[in-house]
Amino acid sequence: MIGRRSFLITTLMSFGFAFLYIPILSLIVYSFNESRLVTVWAGFSTKWYAELFQNEQLLNAAKLSLEVAAINATGAVILGTLAGFALSRFRRFRGRTLMTGMTSAPLVMPEVITGLSMLLLFVAMEQAFGWPAGRGVTTITIAHITFSMAYVTVVIQSRLASLDVSLEEAAMDLGARPWKVFMVITLPIIFPAILAGWLLAFTLSWDDLVITSFVSGPGSSTLPIVIFSKVRLGVSPDINALATIMVGIVAIGVVATGLYLQHQERRRERDVQAALANHG
Amino acid sequence: MSIPLPVHVGRQGESCEGVAGMAETRPDKKLEPWRDRDAKPYIRIERVTKNFGDFTAVDDVSLDIYRGEIFCLLGASGCGKTTLLRMLAGFEEPTSGRISIDGADMAGIPPYRRPVNMMFQSYALFPHMTVEQNVAFGLKQDGLPKGEIRDRVAAMLELVKLTALGGRKPHQLSGGQRQRVALARSLVKQPKLLLLDEPLGALDRKLREHTQFELVNIQEKLGVTFVVVTHDQEEAMTLASRIGVMDHGEIIQVGTPSDIYEYPTSKFVADFVGSVNLFEGHLVEDEPDHVRVECPELGGCFYVDHGVSAPPEATVWVALRPEKVFISRESPGPGGDNQVSGVIKEIAYLGDLSVYLVQLPTGRMLRVTRPNVRRQDAAFDRLTWDENVWLSWEASSPVVVTQ
Repeated sequence: MIGRRSFLITTLMSFGFAFLYIPILSLIVYSFNESRLVTVWAGFSTKWYAELFQNEQLLNAAKLSLEVAAINATGAVILGTLAGFALSRFRRFRGRTLMTGMTSAPLVMPEVITGLSMLLLFVAMEQAFGWPAGRGVTTITIAHITFSMAYVTVVIQSRLASLDVSLEEAAMDLGARPWKVFMVITLPIIFPAILAGWLLAFTLSWDDLVITSFVSGPGSSTLPIVIFSKVRLGVSPDINALATIMVGIVAIGVVATGLYLQHQERRRERDVQAALANHG
Repeated sequence: MSIPLPVHVGRQGESCEGVAGMAETRPDKKLEPWRDRDAKPYIRIERVTKNFGDFTAVDDVSLDIYRGEIFCLLGASGCGKTTLLRMLAGFEEPTSGRISIDGADMAGIPPYRRPVNMMFQSYALFPHMTVEQNVAFGLKQDGLPKGEIRDRVAAMLELVKLTALGGRKPHQLSGGQRQRVALARSLVKQPKLLLLDEPLGALDRKLREHTQFELVNIQEKLGVTFVVVTHDQEEAMTLASRIGVMDHGEIIQVGTPSDIYEYPTSKFVADFVGSVNLFEGHLVEDEPDHVRVECPELGGCFYVDHGVSAPPEATVWVALRPEKVFISRESPGPGGDNQVSGVIKEIAYLGDLSVYLVQLPTGRMLRVTRPNVRRQDAAFDRLTWDENVWLSWEASSPVVVTQ
């Protein structure tokens, strides 16, 4: 009975993982394909990787994407932290519920609508006072900050909600002014959440296609836009190589974070054990 | 602890010598500035009210606290004691009324400019700082020179016996150690007034008892005024020079621990502090030097050897502490007031004392405690269930309250 059930569970699990990972696996396998035709296997080769690093267009797009993602993540973290702080600390102000709802609205808003509205705003602003001049890196970054800030706000707000308010009160009681309290007590304690928010905003910006396509202009194509436009002309194997590299980087990042957290948790447990052992 | 022990047994002596010794040496016990008409209060709370929306957390409280006191605010959770403490610290502003500390009006003064420090119930130790950094935090905010900060932190850690653990982070400490770090951190700035929110609440029983005395010792050594918030009457009794009992945002009674216990002025205080037998009745004799109260539930009269200020025909309540009732097999005398017979229905053996629930002929239960002076072994002819006994008490024991 137990054996049969565990067989069932194993089968279900295999199907689930297959569903998730076979597409990625096939992508990785075909990135080492000799043939120019993506779906015909013609032997092992790394030539598409070599070709990738000669492709100026892709490399430039990747560089631009990195820049935009980093600036976006930093901007979103600053704005999101301030908004999250306001929402979780000023408990009884009027319209708090409305404001909370409004900050999280971009999470559920269709990207097409966000992108279109950003485009209309930028055009109107350019006509009104000449900034931002045309569409380019600036408009992409602003648009990215707009939607990723909402995600950061949610992350920061939930961390602050679980933070003991008396920590801040204690600091104030000991003579620190509110701004100092925020810098010396609140920020260091919620730093892991800020880091998580930064990474989240970075990822959101790094792979955004829809909103970017509304607000980008000539000469400011991010990596997703370049890949998408290339794929429309037919899948070329160097894209597979690029995708494999990206998957590799992400996998290393995830595994490293996991190991680090596990290590931290173990050390914490050991410390607590030690504290209990020499109790008193 | 399901049955609240009469705390006073400990104070008076035999079961816990440590307590008695400690209480005796407390210097301010003799001064009692609250009895001195010329004494200037250190903290003056005048008609303070605090509303949160429709809810009144603190209701028209006036209170004077003197220099060097350990003043305990005692009450159940939600009675407003913590709100009152937070108003002293500056985390809440009174809706109306005035708070002054050392003669200075505190209205509009933020927490970081008050001559007050607070020890939080959760200790609120900064998790990303070591013990030393935690203790040094307040001195750093004052911009003191590094050398002085180091010396004062070291002295403080020595006082709370944590010198060896200065480099640890809070999560590497046990509960008792954390409590001492919190105390050191709140005392290092040498505040004139220290506010303590349930200072011993998170500690286990043995450690709590030990820490109570340490706290009193440190208070004497540094001469700081303490205002302590607690829901634990035992804690209040051992720590306090005076206790303010709070209920529903109001101060019900202020007095020394023995005042509160021996002379409660209301049913609420009599019942809240220690345990008590309360009987409803009315005055049948009202003289300046004694009263007689007839209580239907007792099936007789209380004779009380002190006068009462109550309008005739008014309903009064008689409060009788369980440890002030004598229990015996023999009749105590020729009959009359202040004695009654009954049947033992329940016995709880608590080691140092036993609790008896005795049913009176009227059906009412009366709670009696008796210290187990003799060893309760097989040879001892102890009182047992369903035994007929006589209960009696001295005329000075009952307290008559009118509200």
